[in-house]
Amino acid sequence: MTLHTRIRTILGVFAIAFAVAFVTPATAQSVNPQQQSVKEDQLLRELNKITGRCTLPNQTACTIEQPVGRDWREFHQVTLRWIAAISIVGVLALLVVFYLTRGMVKIESGRSGRTVTRFNGYERFVHWMTATCFIILALSGLNITFGKALLLPIMSPEAFTAISQWGKYFHNYLSFPFTIGTVMIFLMWIGGNIPNKTDVEWVKRGGGIVGKDHPPAYRFNGGQKMIYWIVVLGGAAVAISGYILMFPFYGTTVSGVQLAQIVHGIVAALFIAAMLGHIYIGTIGMEGAFEAMGSGEVDVNWAKEHHKLWLEEEMGKGSSRAKAQPAE
Amino acid sequence: MARMKFLCDADRCIECNACVTACKNEHEVPWGINRRRVVTINDGQPGERSVSMACMHCTDAPCAAVCPVNCFFTTADGVVLHSKDLCIGCGYCFYACPFGAPQYPRVGNFGSRGKMDKCTFCAGGPNPENTAANYAQYGTNRLAEGKLPLCAEMCSTKSLLAGDGDIIAKIYKERVAKRGYGSGAWGWKTAYRETIAG
Repeated sequence: MTLHTRIRTILGVFAIAFAVAFVTPATAQSVNPQQQSVKEDQLLRELNKITGRCTLPNQTACTIEQPVGRDWREFHQVTLRWIAAISIVGVLALLVVFYLTRGMVKIESGRSGRTVTRFNGYERFVHWMTATCFIILALSGLNITFGKALLLPIMSPEAFTAISQWGKYFHNYLSFPFTIGTVMIFLMWIGGNIPNKTDVEWVKRGGGIVGKDHPPAYRFNGGQKMIYWIVVLGGAAVAISGYILMFPFYGTTVSGVQLAQIVHGIVAALFIAAMLGHIYIGTIGMEGAFEAMGSGEVDVNWAKEHHKLWLEEEMGKGSSRAKAQPAE
Repeated sequence: MARMKFLCDADRCIECNACVTACKNEHEVPWGINRRRVVTINDGQPGERSVSMACMHCTDAPCAAVCPVNCFFTTADGVVLHSKDLCIGCGYCFYACPFGAPQYPRVGNFGSRGKMDKCTFCAGGPNPENTAANYAQYGTNRLAEGKLPLCAEMCSTKSLLAGDGDIIAKIYKERVAKRGYGSGAWGWKTAYRETIAG
């Protein structure tokens, strides 16, 4: 139906409603004054909520009934808990099994003793600022979803409230550096993270951690690009939905806030699960990987095995970069 | 013990807002918070109805279910109350509440909404004594004094009924039988999973 015909239909309905309203009162009132009155069931069937006019400055108070809160309750109490528990505990279990079978991926040719700069000070600062915020945000967020089931039974309600209250403040205020960090990550690493042909090959060969050999990769391999986009897109989703929750009712109704919480909860749970994998590979999963974000200097042999094409690029840039190193 | 409920007979409500005023005055509810409000549906059109709405003290209350710090409890009278000492002001009870009952002293920027406030069915807070501290947090405990909620007591047309759910349902049914019509007990299906034939 075009907009035009739709408007015409609506006008027609109004005209009929007006005619009915105009003609009937004299007879209807003596029979049943309730005949035309608004009915709860009908309103709920039509809009699934009941809103009217109220004289309060807080216009959200004009909605007197929204049974849809029941669905949100079901999501928050049941669905979200299952999604979060399965994804987070599932990934943890997978990582334990993986570590026990595969162990730490060693630098096959041993350490060369020579290093190459992988991430400079600025990049590491952004990474750790975002990472620190993320960990605190994740823990305080998990506390909101699982705290009363896991923590409340082992402490007094007052102590649990104190923890949750502080958690809430940290969660709200650390969202700002986290968002800034996510934007900076997006900008500073976008260059190396556009998917290309090398990634297809990399994924086919199971990458450097699942597969047995070392498919060539530029500065960021297929897995790291995945992490990059999870951080950028997931970070954007949790930030936007989070700010809707922090500044409620600016352009959203209660339904919008419920939707924002659903997005926030699901994305955050999957985000945490993905980051557990990221933390694993960056620490106990692979020898020589942590240094990239630790000191910023990685062993040349590590780079050769995991980021061959990147190392060639770096070497190709000539000695200028290598010479510049000691000055830093 | 009685199971306390509210019932608003929308066919009697004249939107005088006496219930709102009575509530605000009795409990000295701060600016910006309305434990009870009157909303007019289809205002100015034939068949408009006004409904006075507050916390309905639901059976299996959604606010209590979603609260991350379990600050809600239901009294022996079926009144849903919460502890402001435990509340962290997260706002979740407002998302889940079918009646928009939870209110926050501040708009909510930076998540500092303050402690949630809502209708107590004039039953005070977790601590039943009418102390000054309790009054400042929750208002008076009229139930402890053997009185019913002031909003319903003050209703000029006796549209708003508060008290034992069975008794107010009986009163409403008698009214409907006598006058021959009734638009039903607004919110009862959502709050108590039951209806009164209108």
